[in-house]
Amino acid sequence: MNQTSVTSMQRVLTTLGHREPDRVPFFLLATLHGAKEVGLPIKTYFSDPANVVEGQMRLLAKYRHDCIYSFFYAPVEIAAFGGEVIFTDDGPPNSGEPVIKKTGDIKNLAVPDVKNTPCLEKVLTATHRLKERVKDTVPIIGVVMSPFSLPVMQMGFDRYFDLMYDKPDLFAHLMQVNQAFCVEWANAQLAAGATAICYFDPVSSTTITTRDMYLKTGFTVAGQTLAKINGPTATHMASGRCLPIIDDIAGTGTAAVGVSCHEDIALVKNACRGKLTVIGNLNGIEMCRWSSEDAENHVKAVIAKAGAGGGCILSDNHGEIPFQVPDDVLMAISEAVHTWGRYPLD
Amino acid sequence: MTDKIVDAFTRALVDVDRLAAKQIVQNRGHDASPVKFAEDVVLPALESIGAGWQAGTFALSQVYMAGRICEDLIDQILPPEDPDRKNQPKMAICILSDHHKLGKIIVYSFLRASGFDLADYGVMEVDDLVEQVQKDSIEILLISVLMLPSALKIKAVKQKLDRLRCDVKLIVGGAPFRFDDRLWKTVGADAMCRDASDAVSVIENIMKGMA
Repeated sequence: MNQTSVTSMQRVLTTLGHREPDRVPFFLLATLHGAKEVGLPIKTYFSDPANVVEGQMRLLAKYRHDCIYSFFYAPVEIAAFGGEVIFTDDGPPNSGEPVIKKTGDIKNLAVPDVKNTPCLEKVLTATHRLKERVKDTVPIIGVVMSPFSLPVMQMGFDRYFDLMYDKPDLFAHLMQVNQAFCVEWANAQLAAGATAICYFDPVSSTTITTRDMYLKTGFTVAGQTLAKINGPTATHMASGRCLPIIDDIAGTGTAAVGVSCHEDIALVKNACRGKLTVIGNLNGIEMCRWSSEDAENHVKAVIAKAGAGGGCILSDNHGEIPFQVPDDVLMAISEAVHTWGRYPLD
Repeated sequence: MTDKIVDAFTRALVDVDRLAAKQIVQNRGHDASPVKFAEDVVLPALESIGAGWQAGTFALSQVYMAGRICEDLIDQILPPEDPDRKNQPKMAICILSDHHKLGKIIVYSFLRASGFDLADYGVMEVDDLVEQVQKDSIEILLISVLMLPSALKIKAVKQKLDRLRCDVKLIVGGAPFRFDDRLWKTVGADAMCRDASDAVSVIENIMKGMA
């Protein structure tokens, strides 16, 4: 394909079909850099969907990547459940004290009403306006936390592990509530204009849970949840490892998987071949101190290891570029994929 | 013989089999003091699980559960404040500017299960932490973080402690440090831990330097 005549949407769909488009697609999963682009503090930026629309459009024009990221921040879902969001000047908003303070609270947890929750409405408004701007030329990636991973923010990691191991009934109830919310939230984003949903599920990674535990929990939850989402999904492990469960992830019905920089993307790509598209796996934390040359070398390495045959999208390994990553590094990544990612690769 | 016990204890921990782990502790024999059992069996088992997590063979859920089981078992045979607990510098652990507690809980459990005692400061902000460390005359401070901005705040902790001439060794750990192995130096720490079991050897090395 000719690079200039191909839209990002065509490029991404081709690679998802495990064929080679004109070049390796590039997902710059940047949220906070949008605030930099429009010159606003992070909290102010996310207070108005118009800012996010402007930020995403400026990022798209500047870095010539292949998606719009309508994601605001992970704790937006915690806010929907009545929890606290803590904003900082130099990083992603964080969740505050857990909304589930004691395990007994799980019984009383209500499913948030997506259409009448202001923080979620802002995301939907931004998604709708972004769709008006890019139409079908650029995929818009919406985001949900998986029902299986959301409890880390709802109740804290430690108490969630205790729940998983010791209180299966309450665990099952929490999954039901979270699944109902996740499906409604994903489908609302798709209805607003999102092309696909990124299903963040780091707790399912083998960094966090064993495969045995995953098969009994996160795998089942993902299969049930993704089946009810009215559009394509990509599962993201947010830096967690997934090689030992690649076949299982493919069995949940997802189309792609976000891969950790702690895994060899060549091995992951081989395991995914024909089943899942790999997304990754640049190290976002290290990226903060990369030179332009480092950036180019890392991009070349990912493309060399995973680019052949399509089924590969260049991105960071976490699903969110840290605020501290300099613009010239992002620019170097973009330049490198435009230079070295053209098919045929040799 | 000890290797077999360590293997069996490790297996019990990664299988989250509390009864089997307890049985091994109870069968340790009268000549094995609690401290010696912690050093010869518990610590090697936890180190092996920590190394397995780094290598991708064990999961964080197993690391967490292993720490909790060991901490409970060791507390039963070696209660807090027991004079047999190690002669050690004054230590404290905290989470900096974050509500993600898991890393701190695991390190705290591992250290206590290995016979150490330390203060748990919970969640702290920079100024409160510096004040508390000075007040308690802490000699070794362990800081756990999950988010990159929290990791970067450690630099301010270090600078303020230096300004107050507090002679504190800073040990840091958490996700940002595992994804950038130079970051601990950037923030001015004295050492980093890639996993919870690292903390024991890092502290022992610092103690050797203090002796």
